[in-house]
Amino acid sequence: MEEYKVNKTIKQINEKIKRGEAVVINAEEMVDIVKKEGIVDAAKKVDVVTTGTFGTMCSSGAFINFGHTTPRIKAYKAWLNDVPVYAGLAAVDLFIGATSVKEGDPLNKVHPGNFSYGGGHVIEDLIAKKTLELRVEGYGTDCYPRNSFTKKITIRDLSYATLCNPRNACQNYTCAINTSDKTVYTYMGILKPHMANATYSSAGQLSPLLNDPFYLTIAIGTRILLGGGIGYVAFPGTQHNPNVERTERGIVLSAAGTLACIGDMEKMNPAFVRGASILGYGTSLTIGIGIPIPILNEEIAYFTGIGDEDIYVYIEDYGSDYPQNKEKTYGKVSYKQLKSGYIEINGKRISSSPMSSYFEAIEVAETLKSWIKDKKFLLSEPQEKLPQAKKYKPRKYIRDE
Amino acid sequence: MVSKKVILTFKKEVVDKPIVCELPKEFDLTFNILEAKILPRREGVLIMELIGEEEKLQKGLDYLIQNNVIVEFVEQKIKRDEEKCYHCGICISVCPPEALVIDDKKTMKVSFYPDRCIACGWCVKVCPVKAMSL
Ligand code: SF4
Ligand code: SF4
Repeated sequence: MEEYKVNKTIKQINEKIKRGEAVVINAEEMVDIVKKEGIVDAAKKVDVVTTGTFGTMCSSGAFINFGHTTPRIKAYKAWLNDVPVYAGLAAVDLFIGATSVKEGDPLNKVHPGNFSYGGGHVIEDLIAKKTLELRVEGYGTDCYPRNSFTKKITIRDLSYATLCNPRNACQNYTCAINTSDKTVYTYMGILKPHMANATYSSAGQLSPLLNDPFYLTIAIGTRILLGGGIGYVAFPGTQHNPNVERTERGIVLSAAGTLACIGDMEKMNPAFVRGASILGYGTSLTIGIGIPIPILNEEIAYFTGIGDEDIYVYIEDYGSDYPQNKEKTYGKVSYKQLKSGYIEINGKRISSSPMSSYFEAIEVAETLKSWIKDKKFLLSEPQEKLPQAKKYKPRKYIRDE
Repeated sequence: MVSKKVILTFKKEVVDKPIVCELPKEFDLTFNILEAKILPRREGVLIMELIGEEEKLQKGLDYLIQNNVIVEFVEQKIKRDEEKCYHCGICISVCPPEALVIDDKKTMKVSFYPDRCIACGWCVKVCPVKAMSL
């Protein structure tokens, strides 16, 4: 039995890309095409849909190797521009965590703290080819006698610099409000008391995993745009959980799927990788990620055609429930509503504003699109699937065909 | 009638002189105080909106300058570094006069209207990439 009316392979699409004949559009454009032409015709016409997201992703970091010194040192403690980095690896390997804060920072002693420099900024400065101060302390061994080492370095002095993010591109997120009677400073931004504002953080209809809700094409080994360079999906990200509540169209209502991403920092572009200082919360890394979705059949066309009006998030209270890890929601709201600038909770009109940049997410999707059109980027065959949702069956979630 | 938002800095020598009260009396200006603070070394800063006839407003400002008050225009002081701003939208919720706002719901670009700014400084604090300065 033929399951789908349209059946394409990644190999065929790559041949079209090489011939310069592939039809590549971004996920925002796909919404209209699917609406106008239906999923079968859309699947026939479109070969690749590019997705994008540009937001702050705390679970990010980088492995670097600073090369052996003379005499040799085994790093025990290390800093880059006074930001502590992890040295509990081989002698000259280090890991820079995005949320590591510069030593001596007053943190939240004067609340809300500014957190002006941290690991995310170190990563941005490396990618921007700026000079940083590396400071290393060793404890001296017979094979690694040196006790300390300080040097001005740029990324060119490093023998290895790889961005390695344990969790990026959360499938969906939440909408944050504050029901308490004091302002809170969170990773979801400033939330004013008595539900005076709401924030959200997702590229919605443009976001990679919202366009492939059952991980049919995004898999281990998928080649992606990471920080303006080429990267790969390395593995499911931390907290990846496919078996969550979904709408009748299969769209998740919480973070659900996540991706671990990896890529060569030297080829990245600082316009797509930014150190972030989040008032009262800490430092982090803001990064652009773009993932191509091959339109192999009409079901994938259907999923990529989903728009902001079809994607919902739960509203959660970051004033008291979230910090106390209480599960309570204030209902659901669509991205279409959130992007309109206000939402309604219990009849109260509340202004809503984003945390992640849709404007730059389009830039990411468009950059990836141009790479594919220019034959600079081919689609990769998945090496292995991400952990799959138990309830998924082919065609089960297609509505209004 | 025109209105101008200004930042007035009063040095130690003039901080206790009754200068501002002349504005409505002598120049027919109305004002709306947005923020007033005395800094540790007893320097005073007053942020306010001045409203009146264009000519009189200019005379009023000249009067302030003659009396050793440092006059700066909010509109010219608040700046967004367009290279740095990545249109995340974090600043929107803290900007009371909607000087930072998303007008275009398709592109979701964050528009910036310096003339609406009241120099509260919140965007400077919250912008994660330090794109705003005052
Ligand atoms: S918070 Fe900063 S980067 Fe974000 S939109 Fe405002 S000015 Fe731009
Ligand atoms: S200082 Fe910033 S937040 Fe305050 S009014 Fe001006 S633009 Fe808005």
